[in-house]
Amino acid sequence: MANNTILEVQNLTKFFNTPGGQLHAVDGVSFTIERGKTLGIVGESGCGKSTTGRTILKLIEPTSGKVIFDGQDITGYTRKQMRPLRQEMQMVFQDPFSSLDPRQTVMQLISEPIIEHKLLKNKKDIEKRTLELMETVGLAERYINVYPHELDGGRRQRIGIARALAVQPKLIVCDEPVSALDVSIQAQILNLLKQLQQDMGLTYIFITHDLSVVKYFSDDIAVMYLGQMVEKAPSDLLFQNPVHPYTKALLSAIPLPVVGKEKPKRQLIRGEITSPVNLPDECRFRKRCECAQECCKNGNPHLREIEPSHFVACSCV
Amino acid sequence: MDSYSTKHVKSRTLFQETWRRLVKNKGAMIGMGFLIFLILAALLSPFIFNYETDVIGQNMSDRLMGPCATHWFGTDEYGRDLFARVIYGARYSLAIGVGSVTIGLVVGTVLGSLAGFYGGPVDSLIMRAIDIFYSIPNILTAVVIVSLLGTSTVNLMIALAFSCASSFSRIVRASVMTIRDQEYVESSYAMGLPTWKIIAKHILPNCLSPIIVQITLLIGSTIISASSLSFLGIGVPAPAPEWGALLSAGRGHIRDASYMCVIPGLAIMFTVLALNLLGDGLRDALDPKMKK
Repeated sequence: MANNTILEVQNLTKFFNTPGGQLHAVDGVSFTIERGKTLGIVGESGCGKSTTGRTILKLIEPTSGKVIFDGQDITGYTRKQMRPLRQEMQMVFQDPFSSLDPRQTVMQLISEPIIEHKLLKNKKDIEKRTLELMETVGLAERYINVYPHELDGGRRQRIGIARALAVQPKLIVCDEPVSALDVSIQAQILNLLKQLQQDMGLTYIFITHDLSVVKYFSDDIAVMYLGQMVEKAPSDLLFQNPVHPYTKALLSAIPLPVVGKEKPKRQLIRGEITSPVNLPDECRFRKRCECAQECCKNGNPHLREIEPSHFVACSCV
Repeated sequence: MDSYSTKHVKSRTLFQETWRRLVKNKGAMIGMGFLIFLILAALLSPFIFNYETDVIGQNMSDRLMGPCATHWFGTDEYGRDLFARVIYGARYSLAIGVGSVTIGLVVGTVLGSLAGFYGGPVDSLIMRAIDIFYSIPNILTAVVIVSLLGTSTVNLMIALAFSCASSFSRIVRASVMTIRDQEYVESSYAMGLPTWKIIAKHILPNCLSPIIVQITLLIGSTIISASSLSFLGIGVPAPAPEWGALLSAGRGHIRDASYMCVIPGLAIMFTVLALNLLGDGLRDALDPKMKK
């Protein structure tokens, strides 16, 4: 069991100091992922899901907490110490329009990690491997000298994926990899990611705000609200039996293709997201919650296991 | 689509790619042609002219002759052939212009990218020091440096490089600051590139356009600054035919022998024009988005 865990995150916290006070971007998030599985992290914008992903990769230094990757505690690692580990953990970025250097060709972009990590030395081999990677992600060979601005979003995202795959990583953090794409292309990219997972045994952390995407994709789903995890369960369980009022509201927001019949009632969330700066010691969702009670004012609830492998942070259940 | 994918596509290097696009730009090729001519003239002039007799040797019987068959550009007040002096002068003017801009570019790029990339105290320290230099008139800085180091072409270059460095560092800093926060920089961190490589490979190439424009502008203005220093007597020492010195020598005769001003002036103008044409072309050729 222990050696099947690829990533363990304990109490991960990231505070940003702002002029108004401390901004709780990520506040005590813990989870583990097993090899070859996918964890979906969902939540509305600003809830800290991207920060969580970036903190795991140490692109942002965590304020406190631990990140244990493959048995190594990488929390205190410097940029230099992280460098060899970049081969094992990679990232696919949200916006394929800004995450590729506009002055590099597809060849340069994809071969960069190969050259940087000295995986291959010979120029011919590097080119061969680049073409191989392009084929893997479904990019035609003729795009090798093309610049990213000449390609559409889907093809650019394929470049982003090829870059991540180039070092043969074990874990890939996908930060909303399809949210900038058209729906038809979203499906292609998701299928590609899924195919790659099967072929290479990749582990994904899949960050998204789109629940229909995450259902299709994830083994486990973690719902985040204001920097904290409010519910975590295996995918099927979460969709069958959502417990936290926020999760319920999120699920009811998924558009359903119902024609003719009466549409199921939507559970709407009132109001705006609470400011993540200087939070009071109460349930963070209290002000917007349908079923808020007096007890919700007393302290921030922690995750509890309400049924096997289903965790919820709510005082009312 | 399929007919393309069956044939092997060769990858090209950045240099080949840039060259391919530069050749298509007529203006840039004209500018480059003129500059190559000038550089060749500067390099070959010692073999064409005898410095002692043709360039600085006085010949009072031929003084102030207008352009004619023997003296293509005429002669100056000491009867020296202006054609020989202008061609020979390219050595000084080009060396000073290119030399001081290069020194300034290197120093300014390093300082500017450090300031822009790291921000905070590093930025304040570097930029305030540069502000101090900026607040002193260039000529004054140059006078101080030349009088400290002594009058020579190299010292003049160093003196002029100071003002170039400060303007480069400001431009580089501003561009680096906007590019620093782009997602592709973060992506290179995720790729495991060391910081210096990220600056050199991803940040600086994306600030090329303003830098190239500044280079072409500064070479021109540096040639002119050098000439004003020559006029003050702390530039290139007297008999040497630096373009600015020729220009200021001609000022006294602007009514009776205007060619003495016009010809070195045109030489400066065409050089600056050629640099601008080439610079414009290079900027476009280096920008993948300009590709047709």
